[in-house]
Amino acid sequence: MTLTLTQLRLPLGAFTLELDATLPGRVTAIFGASGAGKTSLLELIAGLRRPAAGAIRLADTTLTDVATFTFVRPEHRAIGYVPQEGALFPHLSVRQNLLYGFASARTRPADLTLAHVTAVLEIDPLLERATATLSGGEKQRVALGRALLAAPRLLLLDEPLAGLDAPLRARLLPYLARVRDEFVIPMLYVTHSPDEVMALCDDVLVLTAGRITARDRPAELFQPSPQPRYELRPPSV
Amino acid sequence: MSAEAWQITWFTVGVAALSTLAILPFGVALAWLLARRDWPGKSLVETFVALPLVIPPVATGLILLKLLGRRGPLGAWLESTFGWEIVFTWRGVVVATAVMSFPLLVRTARIAFEGVSPRLEHVARTLGAGPWRVFVTITLPLAARGLLAGAVLAFARALGEFGATIMVAGFIPGQTATLSLSIYHLVQLGRDAEAFSLLGVSVAIAFAAVWLSEWFLRRRPA
Repeated sequence: MTLTLTQLRLPLGAFTLELDATLPGRVTAIFGASGAGKTSLLELIAGLRRPAAGAIRLADTTLTDVATFTFVRPEHRAIGYVPQEGALFPHLSVRQNLLYGFASARTRPADLTLAHVTAVLEIDPLLERATATLSGGEKQRVALGRALLAAPRLLLLDEPLAGLDAPLRARLLPYLARVRDEFVIPMLYVTHSPDEVMALCDDVLVLTAGRITARDRPAELFQPSPQPRYELRPPSV
Repeated sequence: MSAEAWQITWFTVGVAALSTLAILPFGVALAWLLARRDWPGKSLVETFVALPLVIPPVATGLILLKLLGRRGPLGAWLESTFGWEIVFTWRGVVVATAVMSFPLLVRTARIAFEGVSPRLEHVARTLGAGPWRVFVTITLPLAARGLLAGAVLAFARALGEFGATIMVAGFIPGQTATLSLSIYHLVQLGRDAEAFSLLGVSVAIAFAAVWLSEWFLRRRPA
């Protein structure tokens, strides 16, 4: 499932997001400092924002094309979105959260069931709980499960482990890897943690002030080599 | 309590309830538009809606009287189209209280909608819910407490409305006499004892309305 961004432009205060990229990989990391435009990019892909110019295509579907006035509404894109800190619906139980997008999902793989998803994420004991009683890690797993159960063609993860302490992050990483291996869904994974990129991703885009400044396999970017091709220092904005 | 006092009480509660129910859908819709959308003329509408809060109620009443009177532009049309007489009837009381409580409802409901994180609505959209389903299943339940508070406030305002009501509906015993109008009238006549019993009724209704809403809010955790 190839995601194509063609001359995508979105002015964002201090700079303009300007992207031209084809993302064929299964799990692509969008790596960069905060304020580099990572979340805005996800919102453009999900259809929560409209670009000033350019086009977004997923496989052979045009999702957004400013030139032809094409804009598929977010509810018809089948693109899952897990924002920072999960954003669970506070007035619904865990089960109601998980099933929010399940019934209306149009095409669903046979193995995509509540039981399967809760087993992979180990959240079946939480089903009847109120979301306010969940820990940070539990909330993230429920948010991930909720997005999966809507049968997305592409999953956007916006720093899903941000705001959690290091040991908890380490415990959650395997869940993300299991989701990647169990449900074959391409993912865009926004993060500023090299560890997460190394553990999960096949491909890294480095975003600096709205532009792609590097692109490679994680090992090439982050492992020490005689001549590092990208230094891990804060980009000058 | 005399039969007259009961009649006044039920009339006042009925009129306040009717005016609150009548403005609820419009007030909630307008509050949502103000909280969630940008449109041309928005600040003008905002100001216009707030006017009854700042203009003296009697002045608002005078504007309504001129608009809704038999020879007024709106009044003439309502009478010829629906056969509705507004001025100096119970309908006039409903219109006056509705106009006076509308800004309170809109302000409170707007704050309630602004308190719902747009991120939750965004996530619901990506889960396949259209704008209407998002409104009904996410926005409305999460704003419910604030909306209820706004409705209670509007109801309370309608219960106590005086200035606009006296202009539009006058004081006609058995037809437009509300609690507030009757208390004033009785004191003018020196019938203080009867005025005090109506005062007691007003306090009891207000107490019941606030207590009910508090009870309802406690029952449903946010």
